[in-house]
Amino acid sequence: MIATAGRVALPQATSESPAIRWLLTGIALAFLLVFLFLPLVVVFASALAQGFAAYLRTFADPDTLSAIRLTLLAAAVAVPLNVVFGLAAAWAIGKFQFAGKSLLITLIDLPFSVSPVVAGLIYVLLFGAQGFLGPWLALHHVQIIFAVPGIVLATVFVTFPFVAREVLPTMQAHGIDEEEAAVTLGANGWQTFFRVTLPNVRWALIYGVILCNARAMGEFGAVSVVSGHVRGLTNTMPLDIAILYDDYQFVPAFAVASLLALLALVTLVVKSVVEWRMGEDRS
Amino acid sequence: MSITVRSVSKSFGSFAALRDVSIDIQSGELVALLGPSGSGKTTLLRIIAGLEFADSGSVAFEGEDVSDRGARDRRVGFVFQHYALFRHMTVFENIAFGLRVRPRGVRPSNDGICEKVRELLNLIQLQNQAGRYPSQLSGGQRQRVALARALAVEPSVLLLDEPFGALDAKVRIELRRWLRQLHDKVHVTSVFVTHDQEEALEVADRVAVMNEGRIEQIGTAEAVYNRPVSPFVYNFLGSVNLFHGRIDNGTTYIQDSESDHLVFVRPHSLEISREPRGAEYFSATLVHVHAAGPLVKVEATTAWGNPVHVELSKERFAELALQKGDEVYVVPKELAVFPNRSAGTGTR
Repeated sequence: MIATAGRVALPQATSESPAIRWLLTGIALAFLLVFLFLPLVVVFASALAQGFAAYLRTFADPDTLSAIRLTLLAAAVAVPLNVVFGLAAAWAIGKFQFAGKSLLITLIDLPFSVSPVVAGLIYVLLFGAQGFLGPWLALHHVQIIFAVPGIVLATVFVTFPFVAREVLPTMQAHGIDEEEAAVTLGANGWQTFFRVTLPNVRWALIYGVILCNARAMGEFGAVSVVSGHVRGLTNTMPLDIAILYDDYQFVPAFAVASLLALLALVTLVVKSVVEWRMGEDRS
Repeated sequence: MSITVRSVSKSFGSFAALRDVSIDIQSGELVALLGPSGSGKTTLLRIIAGLEFADSGSVAFEGEDVSDRGARDRRVGFVFQHYALFRHMTVFENIAFGLRVRPRGVRPSNDGICEKVRELLNLIQLQNQAGRYPSQLSGGQRQRVALARALAVEPSVLLLDEPFGALDAKVRIELRRWLRQLHDKVHVTSVFVTHDQEEALEVADRVAVMNEGRIEQIGTAEAVYNRPVSPFVYNFLGSVNLFHGRIDNGTTYIQDSESDHLVFVRPHSLEISREPRGAEYFSATLVHVHAAGPLVKVEATTAWGNPVHVELSKERFAELALQKGDEVYVVPKELAVFPNRSAGTGTR
């Protein structure tokens, strides 16, 4: 840098000296290394501690397979349901004026503010044998608590806000000009939604689906309360990991955990790509 | 197609956006709704479009009542202030949209749609931009695409909401001349909203001046500019000098204090002279001379402290050899007098 006479190159008001910058960056990186990267390494290292064959043997266990199937089932029900609900709610809130709008927004956020364990308990109190609807359900031979329906319900509840919360800000930011334009051009409600509204929020929607799916597969608390922990019947992957670990079966526990970790990694990659595309859409 | 609006009123909460508005627009006409913000002009346009519904009153196209029809069934072309182009579609697909969403029976073939879009792209001179996205276009180009998109469905009525509002001054002037030419070519009944009086006067066949939810005056540009019917119209169109005055035996006197009449004089209707002439003059002191441009604009202060704006030709300015601080005589050549509604009782 050349400082000509009378003009000294001053550092910008908002920048720090190189030493401080490196120090701060270093602290952040060290933190990430210890709290995020090392645990991830430990998961995979523990899973493969007795070799690849032992790792694979975990997935031959029918109970583990059943847990994976149940997790996939819960996600397969929860994600589409929340896509439909999330889009409908975001559309209503983002594009229309009606009484009770702020109440609806608060209700959507409720699962975020309620502890998952409480969420699980709500269903036990509602559908359990001693619960409000328990006797009626027993009379009709419908079992919800300690069975698959309860697990699906709890998963739907905790993943409820993800899609709506992602899609809503984008819809609100876009306003209703394009929809009005579509209507004056002769489009009906469905055409307006599928040709104008939906394509405009597609990246936000995908982003919401990714987050929703990650939470659906990883949920522990709420599902734990309603599950009953019957291996091979009402166990999901996170519950299975906990049971295996408590049994000192470290390799199988970490092997299942590595699957969830892989899911997290894939989610991260897809999320970054989607975020990048969302940024492109806004410009 | 003619548009008839009858006694339309519309409120948003406690705010009365339109109060008993009626207007007749002839087939093929280009009419401007002109007014300050909050005067109800956009609301009126949206009610004509069917994007908003009146609390009372009716809208008819070619004599047929369309009050209960939504925007979809009114066959209007609507151009939005911020274009409202579909951001995820190319220019081509934007223009084709109105044709593509038609029910199968009345939808043109794919070739038919392509042909129609090409034709419109030629009309807006954007043949080479068909594959671009709205975000890659300039403001003026976007507005032309919005116009082509509205015209693609062959609307019976074209409605434009502040069509040039978001553009910079030069593009604005270009585009509004182009709109006038386009209208002369396509001849669809058009209504556009603007707060820019120059735009309204230059482009429109007739101008409706709106204020506080009412139409104050409607007429040709010449009529509303030269023969305003109310103080508001006088004030809103062009610059104007406002004086207090009174009328004695048919003669108007300008005076220095509030009175029962308001006197309006356009800057170019005032003459400056060095000598008092006749009885119709008042004296003033020059405080500022603005000589850039085709006319010389002079700012003066009357003896009782009222600012006066005068416009005169360069030749006249040179002849008088005016300078800041000069005492001169100002002679109104043409003035308009309205009763002062804000004055309590008519004092003499």
